Amino acid sequence: MDILSLFVIVPVLTILTLVFTKGLKQARLVSMIGSIIQLGMAINLLFAYFKERAVNDSLMLFTKDVVWFKQFNIHYNIGVDGISVALLLLTSIVVLAGVFISWKMKELPKEFFISLLVLSTGVYGFFISMDLFTMFVFYEIAVIPMYLLIGIWGTGPKEYSAMKLTLMLMGASAVLLVGILGIYFNSNADGGALTFNILEIAKVHIPFEAQKLFFPLTFIGFAVLGALFPFHTWSPDGHASAPTAVSMLHAGVLMKLGGYGVFRVAMFLLPQGAIDWSWFFIILSATGVIYGAFGAIKQTDLKYINAYSSVSHLGMVLFALLMLNKTAWNGAILQSLSHGFMTALFFALIGMIYGRTHTRDITKLGGLLKVIPFISAIYVIAGLASLGLPGFSGFVAEMNIFVGAFQHEETFYRVATIISVSAIVVTAVYILRVVGIMLMGTVKNNDYLNLPKATWYEKIGVLLLLIPIVGMGVAPLWLSDMILESLQPFIQGVL
Amino acid sequence: MDFSNFLLMRHEILLLAILLLLIVGEIFIHKNKKSSIVHLAIFLFGIHTIVGFFAMDEGVLFGTMFKTNNLIHFFKNVLNVGVLILLLQSADWLQEKMVQQQRGTEFFILLFSSLLGMYFMISSGDFLMFYLGLELSTLPVAALAAYETSKRKSSEAGIKLILSAALASGISLFGISMLYATSGSIYFNDIVNTITANYLTILGFVLFFTGLAFKISLVPFHFWTADVYEGAPISVASYLSVISKGAAVFILMILLFTVLKPLMHIWENILYVVALATMFTGNLFALRQQNMKRFLAFSSIAQAGFILLGLITGTQLGTATIVYFVMIYIFSNLAAFGVVQAISLKTGKENMTDYEGLYRTNPNLSLVMMLALFSLAGIPPVAGFFGKFFLFTAAASKGYYLLVFLAVVNVTISLYYYLLVIRAMFLRKSDHPIPFFKNKLYMRLGLIITVIGILILGLYSPLYDYIYELSSNLN
Repeated sequence: MDILSLFVIVPVLTILTLVFTKGLKQARLVSMIGSIIQLGMAINLLFAYFKERAVNDSLMLFTKDVVWFKQFNIHYNIGVDGISVALLLLTSIVVLAGVFISWKMKELPKEFFISLLVLSTGVYGFFISMDLFTMFVFYEIAVIPMYLLIGIWGTGPKEYSAMKLTLMLMGASAVLLVGILGIYFNSNADGGALTFNILEIAKVHIPFEAQKLFFPLTFIGFAVLGALFPFHTWSPDGHASAPTAVSMLHAGVLMKLGGYGVFRVAMFLLPQGAIDWSWFFIILSATGVIYGAFGAIKQTDLKYINAYSSVSHLGMVLFALLMLNKTAWNGAILQSLSHGFMTALFFALIGMIYGRTHTRDITKLGGLLKVIPFISAIYVIAGLASLGLPGFSGFVAEMNIFVGAFQHEETFYRVATIISVSAIVVTAVYILRVVGIMLMGTVKNNDYLNLPKATWYEKIGVLLLLIPIVGMGVAPLWLSDMILESLQPFIQGVL
Repeated sequence: MDFSNFLLMRHEILLLAILLLLIVGEIFIHKNKKSSIVHLAIFLFGIHTIVGFFAMDEGVLFGTMFKTNNLIHFFKNVLNVGVLILLLQSADWLQEKMVQQQRGTEFFILLFSSLLGMYFMISSGDFLMFYLGLELSTLPVAALAAYETSKRKSSEAGIKLILSAALASGISLFGISMLYATSGSIYFNDIVNTITANYLTILGFVLFFTGLAFKISLVPFHFWTADVYEGAPISVASYLSVISKGAAVFILMILLFTVLKPLMHIWENILYVVALATMFTGNLFALRQQNMKRFLAFSSIAQAGFILLGLITGTQLGTATIVYFVMIYIFSNLAAFGVVQAISLKTGKENMTDYEGLYRTNPNLSLVMMLALFSLAGIPPVAGFFGKFFLFTAAASKGYYLLVFLAVVNVTISLYYYLLVIRAMFLRKSDHPIPFFKNKLYMRLGLIITVIGILILGLYSPLYDYIYELSSNLN
């Protein structure tokens, strides 16, 4: 068994085991063991990758290719480069943290963990796929459990949010389907056979007209998942209604599928389309960056604040990808990772605060730093990372993005960059506002004087996410080298 | 004439034998033991299904009136499996409700007659045989729709079905006569050589198409569907929506891809418009349905619209994809109808609101329903996704990107109403949920087979390869 297929097989086995468990204790134990194995495999993959990369300079490593539907030339084709390795690591950490945060899931625990792991199976599969069809299958597998996860275990207007999220994301995947079919039927432009294989299509010169037609479909299809303005509206509602672990996984991991797909499929396979359309989507994504930041300022619900902040941060990812240069791309990937850890951490903390105070309205909270110091302190750290303080992952990512973006000399790009950069200031405003109102000052409600301290499983969950944030900030080079190395072929292909 | 030739009609002969055996059984089985006729029928039909899978020769009979090849043979097997599942699912209903009224046997006799008609219809080599098959497959179903004579709605369904079916087949016959007038023959092999696209032929084709469009319930010939499904017993609605529709799609495909191929530039456009109208009408009407049977009726109209995306291609890829999709559709829809049937039999409840909180009391039934609906909606990794994806690929291979785009918009719309049922079952809680109940052996078997089908048919790719090879018979 190759080490990549295990990334799909282990969660599936965990799910099958979960089917036979009874009650919360067994379910969480099995999920925890499964997720720990998964994290172990991800770390192992990282080292194996370094070792293999030293001797093997092909584009994808650990590849495996099995014919699936031969009439359509559909293969189960997998492989990883530095980017996918990093994202797999992100996924496994967030999933494990999510399991710890859901340690006390009361309602239908077995079903909850099964849905959570189905989601993660889809994400793992997506990141290792090198075949458009397989990728699309995993994409949909990752999205559909969200409906049940939000609908059953959510809070507030959960039915509405779940339906809105599912329909918007599945609608996007429908658009994506047309884009993928368009790519597929143009993959014989150089006289070869029709293929879904990404690496083979990348070598084909797809006619410019087709690229122009199918790039926006493919781009939007993926970018809706990456909260592209104006298709981001599912995200705040979805996050606000979702249970904690689901918000974490969704913002932390699932939304990364969008950026990754844009990069791996839309831009890699349709480079001329990307160049032709980039101005249009730059406007949209820059609007998203600004709009998300200002949206976050006006909100008083903690989850909404973070959801809008995600719109802003992920807007930066799309913005950077559209800049079409190496530095910005490096920044985009780093931002994806950094935002993944950071947002997951935020949502975990919000879940803990909400679990104790039963409100997410910051105007009703105050002085929490005195009552629950651990949670509050971590919240401050996550906030500082989010606003891009040096020493944390956010700084490295945003630095790369804007340095890369500013390298374009045309006025349009410069203006767009300047506008987007200003969002950093706004970010500081909404982060510090929350910190000030919620954590500092006096305790507003006497009921909150005796809130329970963070429990061991909460601490583990939080630390799992905090370590990479600091790690990326302090020692970014090994990661950014790994990414840059993998970007090389894309640069040759696209630029 | 060599009688061994008749072995080409093995399916038909065997089914006829079962039919006659059941009539004899009805006479000789004692009044108090009539429920054993259900076991007997299922047993015999099970054997018939298994025998169907043995290899068979290809060939023609009666001067090309009757023809069979491996693809047709395969499709008869698919229909057999579908009917077998249907029998398993309706066994409890027959035993508990119908046998007391001394009306167990007729159900099988009418159902098998209709199936026999379908065999002849999809094996037909000329329009006469086709028309006979079409009538034989429709008329008994009208009697079946009115089977629950104690219910007013059931009788109403029977009348509605027979009237609209008679009208449709009359129009179809009129169309056939025009095709005969222009081509001078009713034999498919002759027609394909002489047919040309003049106004009379086109008019003939359109009228002829009506008859089959009615059976597939394509818009604008779908008006009977929801009312008949709602009134008819669930087994019959299920039969109409899967078996009857599947057979009609199959023969329409054969006719379009072989006999009427010279008219392709005409029927492409007709199918394009009909496909869009069918998908949008089915999906938009399904959004507001509360009764599960009406809901599934509109859902099955919409599914028919998707099937047309494969029909529009006229290629081997299209053939294979349609057969594959219809097969998956049969399993998925039978699973959905099976759950509705089980619940309706135990509690008499058929509305979506009655399903609220179902997962907490009957998790297994809810999961079957969820799988079935996901398969109908086209969510991976269940089979429906593969069927739909390949249909869209087939349509896109001809460059119909706009049609595919509108179809995927429809998939999203359809996802909404499928999720409504899932919302009721999983998300909602109810003060009076349907209490826990255990299904009997037959029903459980019937549901388990469909679930296995839904899970396996998509992921197991050699099956598609097999169908693809068979499809070369046609093109």
